[in-house]
Amino acid sequence: MKLFDEDLQVLNVGLASFAEAIIGAGGKAIQIEWAPPAHGNAAIGRALARLVNHKDVEAANRKAYAAYLSSQPILEGIGLARTAIPGMGRRMLLHAGPPIAWAQMCGPMQGAIVGAIILEGWAEDAAAARRFAESNKIKYESCHDYGAVGPMAGIISPSMPVWIVRDGEHGHRTFSNLNEGLGKALRFGANGPEVLKRLVWMAAKLRKALAAALEVSGPIELKPLIAQALHMGDEVHNRNAAATSLFLKRLAPALLKSKASRSDVAEAVGFIAGNDHFFLNISMAACKAMTDAAHGVPLASMVTAMARNGVEFGIRMSGTGAKWFTAPAPLVEGLYFPGYSIADAAPDLGDSAITETAGLGGFAMAAAPAIVNFVGGTPDDAIANTAQMGHITLGRNGGLTLPAMGFAGTPSGIDARRVVDTGICPVINTGIAHKEAGIGQIGAGITRAPLDCFANAVWALAAELPADQGG
Amino acid sequence: MATASKIIRNFYRDSVSLMQLSSRLAKLPGMIQASAIMASEANLALLREAKLLSGATDAGPNDLLITVESQSDDAIAGAMREAEAAFNEKPRTGEGGGSKREPLRSLEMAIEQVPNANLALISTPGDYAASEALKALHLGLNVMLFSDNVSGEDEIALKRYARNHGLMVLGPDCGTAILNGVPLGFANMVKRGAIGVVAASGTGMQQVTCLVDRLGLGISQAIGTGGHDLSREVGGITMLQGVEVLAADKATKVIVLVSKPPAAEVAERVLSAARAARKPVVICFLGVDPKTIVGDNLTPVRTLEDAAYVAAALAKGRKSKRGQQVKVTKLPKFRRGQKYVRGLYSGGTFCYEASLLLGEALSPVYSNTPVGNASRLEDVWRSQANTVVDLGDDVFTRGRPHPMIDHRLRNERIASEAADPGTAVILLDIVLGYGSHMAPAEEIVPVISAARKRSTKAGRNLVFVGFVCGTDGDPQNLSRQEAVLRDAGMILCRSNAEAVRLAAEIVRNAVKSPASKRSTR
Repeated sequence: MKLFDEDLQVLNVGLASFAEAIIGAGGKAIQIEWAPPAHGNAAIGRALARLVNHKDVEAANRKAYAAYLSSQPILEGIGLARTAIPGMGRRMLLHAGPPIAWAQMCGPMQGAIVGAIILEGWAEDAAAARRFAESNKIKYESCHDYGAVGPMAGIISPSMPVWIVRDGEHGHRTFSNLNEGLGKALRFGANGPEVLKRLVWMAAKLRKALAAALEVSGPIELKPLIAQALHMGDEVHNRNAAATSLFLKRLAPALLKSKASRSDVAEAVGFIAGNDHFFLNISMAACKAMTDAAHGVPLASMVTAMARNGVEFGIRMSGTGAKWFTAPAPLVEGLYFPGYSIADAAPDLGDSAITETAGLGGFAMAAAPAIVNFVGGTPDDAIANTAQMGHITLGRNGGLTLPAMGFAGTPSGIDARRVVDTGICPVINTGIAHKEAGIGQIGAGITRAPLDCFANAVWALAAELPADQGG
Repeated sequence: MATASKIIRNFYRDSVSLMQLSSRLAKLPGMIQASAIMASEANLALLREAKLLSGATDAGPNDLLITVESQSDDAIAGAMREAEAAFNEKPRTGEGGGSKREPLRSLEMAIEQVPNANLALISTPGDYAASEALKALHLGLNVMLFSDNVSGEDEIALKRYARNHGLMVLGPDCGTAILNGVPLGFANMVKRGAIGVVAASGTGMQQVTCLVDRLGLGISQAIGTGGHDLSREVGGITMLQGVEVLAADKATKVIVLVSKPPAAEVAERVLSAARAARKPVVICFLGVDPKTIVGDNLTPVRTLEDAAYVAAALAKGRKSKRGQQVKVTKLPKFRRGQKYVRGLYSGGTFCYEASLLLGEALSPVYSNTPVGNASRLEDVWRSQANTVVDLGDDVFTRGRPHPMIDHRLRNERIASEAADPGTAVILLDIVLGYGSHMAPAEEIVPVISAARKRSTKAGRNLVFVGFVCGTDGDPQNLSRQEAVLRDAGMILCRSNAEAVRLAAEIVRNAVKSPASKRSTR
């Protein structure tokens, strides 16, 4: 037996004195900082044990991760949701996070829906819109089920403009709405006249100008643009200043050459230049394209979506199809704008955690050290966060590198097994919405995906194993 | 209530660091709210909404604006000073955070750092132990499972998986092992050498390996199987693997197998593997009739002591030699009625062996874990006639540490045995090694002295017989521990078997000797 021909190297799980004794006797031992997995749920712990290093799961993850790596998100165009998004119904609203009924939705999401109903002309005013929202004349669906993602409330209504991203490698398309800027915005539940006015302008003039520009520029490859932004201090979730600038640099010459009118171009450029987060929604659609490429590989424990509806945090896993694994959405630790505190905050909200799912955002924090300032950290903490994510991911994305980590690829492909086994939960950089509709963003910070989502996913995946396998 | 503001012209700080400063200012004593912003239109609007700013300001987008609200002028002045100081601060640098190592939180994480890892030593609570063991096996690690409370079903599944993948599972409930010269769990520091041991009993293994060390020889491997390995259900998977390993191991000249009586068909399988080992195998199946163990290369023995002595002789190429009958030269004097042995054990297998041996020499013998001729104690907390009690049994360890670590329970029991006029001999095991108490002799000696003093006062003579299971390489040091006990008047033997025989001999002689009658006049 091999063991008896080698030097003994012990991994000690449990009583630390055993490791000390081995070292004291001249042997080699390493102490594991062990804690009962899954908050001490022994049954889930057993399910996890069956999956650890299981050859079928490993093979499935290799396949899923390779598909993620080879994905080439390309910004193909801009369209209206009702025609661009397959399956988008006439009386349908898409929302962020796992599916949720109107009555259960958080304040900002309800506010955004009221705004969208007025925008669509289904009701005249807010009161009528609320009644309409409660009626069964409207179908609420999760963005993710339609290949779409939206930040915060993530409301996409049929006549809203959406970015269309295509995976050049695998062919599938993903969608996201357009970023309205900071302050009062529909995604935070604001639905006043100025919000709706801007949305109308975005659906008409801005959309047409951008479409005209994209016709001139042709499709824009997003991965190289994101990669460049990572080298310029963005993590393309909570910092998009560089990516927005890079995007505008690509867009501006095309806009000027396009058939769009001079005043429309001026308005479009001014709007984009005034919103550092303009690129966020494009980043999200790109990330969704990359993770969708990895979705649907039987037995793969790679996480392909993390999303929040303001009540629940949900994840999807490659090997378990459309099923969501949910837990209560956490509150976000962070810094608040003047006059606000955590008491005003809505629980974690939005589809933007798709960036972390794709190895960006919090996972690429080392590229954007300023982000840790939100929780009083140092640049070293940013690097430590990224390094820590390396312990729960399947690999490094060589196409998205991090200068501060010696140009190592960003850790990507969250393995639900490893999250449960280590207790290290995915770190997420995020904005904070006011819990009441319409007030808007009140801060930003860092949070963690809840462990229970991953524990439940592990439990479900183990049920897919043949009974005689994995012990 | 007052608000105050301060404009710093053409001074840029990024919004995140300003939010951080705002939060720092707001936390100052007496502060109601505070804000530091670049005075863009959007930010000024926020300030107005927060009622931190009313009316116009001449701060522009390139100016930094600090606004604070407090009931105290001192607090406002303090906040402004704090803000200024903050702008003059040197940038904070992390303290090596970039190179900070994440603690290893799982076996898989550890293997990435230490790819040459080859054994997981698992001592988590039983509910989780089997899962950790399964993970370890899936990751290609051998397992020593110290934890108990692992189900038989799990033990079988783990051991079968291991066997099918060229791995081994030692345990569950495997207290000790010595692999490749490294002591694991509650093991002793013994010399390396030519004798290989496979044992289903932790203290049994300690006794054999320590005696081999005392005889000047060494151990090649000592493989613990856990106490259930030789059951019919488990089928001796680990012991069979152990025999195979030691049979193939060039460093091993003699093999010793230690167990309580195995299930019959398992015993046969193990013996047949032993016969195929092509080297001498000493079989110590405690309580099994040696006549039932047959084979050219097999030597059955009845005690752990014999196992060590015979193995040592075989390793030296001599004929097997057993432990010798001890002769009692100077008989202690007892009072009438003082006629019983009271064995207070911390080692389960020592108690088992004592129950067997004492039951052959004296009658009646009682125990909480009776075997051989011994009977079950009516009340485990009270001795009857001759008694040997395993203080490591669950009933005694519930809610307190094992008696090898914590001597309080046994010390209390020594005192109560000493107070019993029937007690003639108190028999003790003292177990050294990693994991055991760091100075057991020092724990016991004051109790012995006090007990003897009280007995003398009552006109009784009390004899303490004991043995120390350990080596000079152990952290406690065998010689030093023996010296301390000897100085306290304990009669020390080299092994459990010798100690039991001596105790029996003393009591037998006391009962029939005229000296005892005289002394009890």
